[in-house]
Amino acid sequence: MKRADRGFRKPTMPLALRRRNVLIGGALISALLLISALAPLLAPVDPLEQNLRHAFQSPSRDYPFGTDQYGRCILSRVIHGARISLVEVSVAVGMAMGIGVPLGLTAGYFGGRTDQLIMWTLDIIFAFPGMLLAILIVSVLGPSLFNMLIAIAIFSIPVYGRLCRNLTLNIKQMEYVEAALAIGAKSYYIIFRHILRNAVAPLLVQATLTAGGVILTAASLSFLGLGVRPPTPEWGAMISTGRSYITIAPHLSLFPGLAILFTVLGFNLLGDGLRDLLDPRLRGS
Amino acid sequence: MGRYIARKLVVLPIVMIGVSFIIFFVVRAIPGDPARLMAGTEATQEQVMAMRRQLGLDRSILFQYGVFLQGAVRGDLGNSINSGMPVVGEISRRIPYTLQLTFAALLVASVLGISAGVLAAVYKHSWVDQGVMLFAIIGASAANFWVALMAMSVFSVQLGWLPLFGADTWRHMVLPTFSLCVYPLALIARMSRSSMLEVVKQDYVRTAQAKGVSKFVVYTKHALRNALIPVITLVGLHFGVLLGGAVVTETVFSWPGVGRLLVDAVRYRDYPIIQGTVLFTVLSVVLVNFLVDIVLAAMNPRMRFD
Repeated sequence: MKRADRGFRKPTMPLALRRRNVLIGGALISALLLISALAPLLAPVDPLEQNLRHAFQSPSRDYPFGTDQYGRCILSRVIHGARISLVEVSVAVGMAMGIGVPLGLTAGYFGGRTDQLIMWTLDIIFAFPGMLLAILIVSVLGPSLFNMLIAIAIFSIPVYGRLCRNLTLNIKQMEYVEAALAIGAKSYYIIFRHILRNAVAPLLVQATLTAGGVILTAASLSFLGLGVRPPTPEWGAMISTGRSYITIAPHLSLFPGLAILFTVLGFNLLGDGLRDLLDPRLRGS
Repeated sequence: MGRYIARKLVVLPIVMIGVSFIIFFVVRAIPGDPARLMAGTEATQEQVMAMRRQLGLDRSILFQYGVFLQGAVRGDLGNSINSGMPVVGEISRRIPYTLQLTFAALLVASVLGISAGVLAAVYKHSWVDQGVMLFAIIGASAANFWVALMAMSVFSVQLGWLPLFGADTWRHMVLPTFSLCVYPLALIARMSRSSMLEVVKQDYVRTAQAKGVSKFVVYTKHALRNALIPVITLVGLHFGVLLGGAVVTETVFSWPGVGRLLVDAVRYRDYPIIQGTVLFTVLSVVLVNFLVDIVLAAMNPRMRFD
């Protein structure tokens, strides 16, 4: 089978290079990965090390991002915070895809009552504003990093479920699926070998687009005290701490907020660019 | 149109019952004994049992759900564990503040977002277009509570133009509205631009241009009406996102709305308030989505037959 016959074209390198969004987004996310991997080497000091004599220092040569109320180096905390953001994205998106994709595949492939039941359930979850559902779930499970990620994953499930169902319905009509059915291929073989394989690209684009939202929601929940607890250097929790000192030391909130901004920007640009590259039909939407 | 509304009206109560069902059972899963919480830490076992009977917690869970639903229809959602006041009264006092903030943010985001998006489409590839798109992509990436804090730092602390906290005058509304509207404004501007660019390619727009109609009339009278359909859908969907975002914004600015009531209730495990605020918010979102569907059907008759 020719590559062009598949649902999505594989981009060529020159085309990819022309896409500014992919380049800038890719650079920002690569930087995030690099900073996370080398955090202990890049951070000037231990992010939890307190030095009360140096509390509330403005940005300087010794402390490029300044210090917080306990004299902790904000640059070191922002650098280590990158690791937590990566964990948040990987776990929340992984869980949401792990549940949403099989549900979407099942609904789209088998149709009928199975489809109705799954979509009905997903629609009810979708009726809740994401943030509110997350608060409700965290209030049941208790505030912690993992519980917060479960909450974010639950409200993200319908996004993957719906997308995967639509993709399955489209791919199911392709001639190669009909051919596989004609030679007596089993359902699970068709689902995994043909449908899932061809749905991977748009699902990964969706995952990149959702990643930014995951970071913003996780930061919001930590800001409200419903996610990561101090003294863990999570960006949302750091901004929350800075709120109490906004009149005397705005730098406490400024730098973690910029870290969130650049990370989410990276995921959004990369997601947009990849979508344009992989699926020309969605351009500009 | 009447049949379309009737069809939608049939689905509305089903969704509302589904939502109330989920909220009721999730809130029941919150750890801790509500009867013990309401009776107080020093209450005897007998007093706790009496409270349990009074709250109906000794009956089956489905019976409890039936009582809850009946009460909700009558406007009785129980009493707050903290204040002892009726939940409906507590929420009613806060609703005007949240709606004021949410609608102000939605209005500003819609007016500025649509204008910016249309301008970007009209002057495609110009500096106006690039500026709007740059704002759109940055605005959609910033955390709204961070925007709020930075705005507070500049406009309240350093310049002293606007108050830091409170909800007494219109000046108190400026910063919360600004920080809440940045995200939807960015998305609406982007959607308006792409929708407008799509519509101006249509034959009827080209026909109008060929007839010699001025560019201004072509864009405002012919193109905008159709370009607005996906934008209105987005605005409607964002009402829910804004209510969720308002929870954080209200906390930052100590704005006495429903969102802050919810955050405080979660901290003190005041489950009747959690249940009531979430129910109120989700039902508002469902209702607004219903109204958006009606407006869209009125604008685009084809949608009534989908």
